[in-house]
Amino acid sequence: MNRPHSTSVVLALVRAQLRLELRTFESLPAMCLFSVTSLVLFHFGLNRDQLSGDLASGVLWVTLLFAALLAINRIYVADAEQGGFDAFLMSPASRSTLLCAKLVVLLAYMALVELVVVPAFALLLLEPSLSQALPGLLGPLALGDLGVAVIGALVGALAVRTHARDLLGPLMSLPLLVPVLLCVAGWTAPLFDYPHAGAVAARWPLVLALYDALFGLIAFALFDFLLED
Amino acid sequence: MYSKGLRPLSLITAVSVALTLAGVFYWAPNDAYLGFLQKIFYLHVPLAIITLGGFIAGGLMAVAHLRTRDPRWDMRSYVAIHISLIFGVCVLISGSIWARGAWGHWWVWQEPTLVSFLLIMLLYATYQPLRFAIDDPERQARYASVFAVTAGVFVPICFAIVRLSPAYVHPRTLDNISGNLPGRMQVVFYLALISTTLLWITLWRFEMTAKHVAAQIRHLRRLLGEEADDAPSRRSAAPSLTQVGSAG
Repeated sequence: MNRPHSTSVVLALVRAQLRLELRTFESLPAMCLFSVTSLVLFHFGLNRDQLSGDLASGVLWVTLLFAALLAINRIYVADAEQGGFDAFLMSPASRSTLLCAKLVVLLAYMALVELVVVPAFALLLLEPSLSQALPGLLGPLALGDLGVAVIGALVGALAVRTHARDLLGPLMSLPLLVPVLLCVAGWTAPLFDYPHAGAVAARWPLVLALYDALFGLIAFALFDFLLED
Repeated sequence: MYSKGLRPLSLITAVSVALTLAGVFYWAPNDAYLGFLQKIFYLHVPLAIITLGGFIAGGLMAVAHLRTRDPRWDMRSYVAIHISLIFGVCVLISGSIWARGAWGHWWVWQEPTLVSFLLIMLLYATYQPLRFAIDDPERQARYASVFAVTAGVFVPICFAIVRLSPAYVHPRTLDNISGNLPGRMQVVFYLALISTTLLWITLWRFEMTAKHVAAQIRHLRRLLGEEADDAPSRRSAAPSLTQVGSAG
């Protein structure tokens, strides 16, 4: 039997997942609404109208990470409950393509959520103007999302077929996401300094990129073992 | 199989722990700056090193399990992580006491070693719940091994990354051993490291032996007909060796 080309398999799986999301709207609206609500909560919890510097960066990233947990929890549910895993295992596609597809889908979700959350954050809480911070913000958003996607794609699969997946997913992913948060928050903080953006230390992008790459390797090495029955 | 040589090993461990305690309290000099409180160093640092080593060993055993599919490797990995978790709680408590004595606070965020240790403990705290949440023993073992490998890799990385945070006040133990520690302190420190390692190994062997004996008793009971073959087993986080029976 001819093995289908991996790229086309990944694209097909991504399309299927996105179509599922478009038909059910299970994750994306919830993530956006949850993030905006969190920003409102931070306003009241911190009793601040405007944030700058590391406080602003922390609020933005914690909000995004918590929103990501909603997607990580849901991304494999249809596969586990409606036979997606069995169907996939019957196909000749290699198993890593599924991981790859989930990774791409998580990346897309995060990017779409950020399209809503970053302007909302700038409008509601951010003291410096978004035009000052936005060019520099693209780097941390991209690498931070990659970290979330890599860890989410692995931990989501680990948690989905357990009795307490809604608890275990976040409990296992959050400690693994702390280094991502540490780097990305340190990277973003000077961008949000008011009135002038500060200089970014070169170690944050470097360390974050290494962490993403390393966990990407781990995820690809281990994912096959999660899909055996 | 795990009980072989357990008695002499226990004896050696007991003697070395007693020797270490004697060395710590009667032979090593008091620290000029911290005084008597510095003695907690001989408990805290070896425990921390062995805990992290135990987690990494658990990860390596999990790799062996994923490669060979031998449930005994899963059992070994489980026991290693289980004992390291208990050691880890002691590390957090003793570290907190030390921080209070040395820096005046029970918790010090500027202290990357303490913070990364907490992160690692938070991650490993989900190991048992993960096992408990999976019914099928084969899948439980497989998923637990995937977790153990991931977390085992996370241990050194987490330390490296948290150490990058700008300010830290923690004494760099291993750098100091050769440089700053006076002779007697150094001897006692290495003695403490050896005895803690022995303690970890002994406890690991004890738990492995207990699990094997339990499996053998269950097997014999089954042969005697006291326990029905298809008796539903209770859901548990701990692996059992029913699949290999008395083969171990």
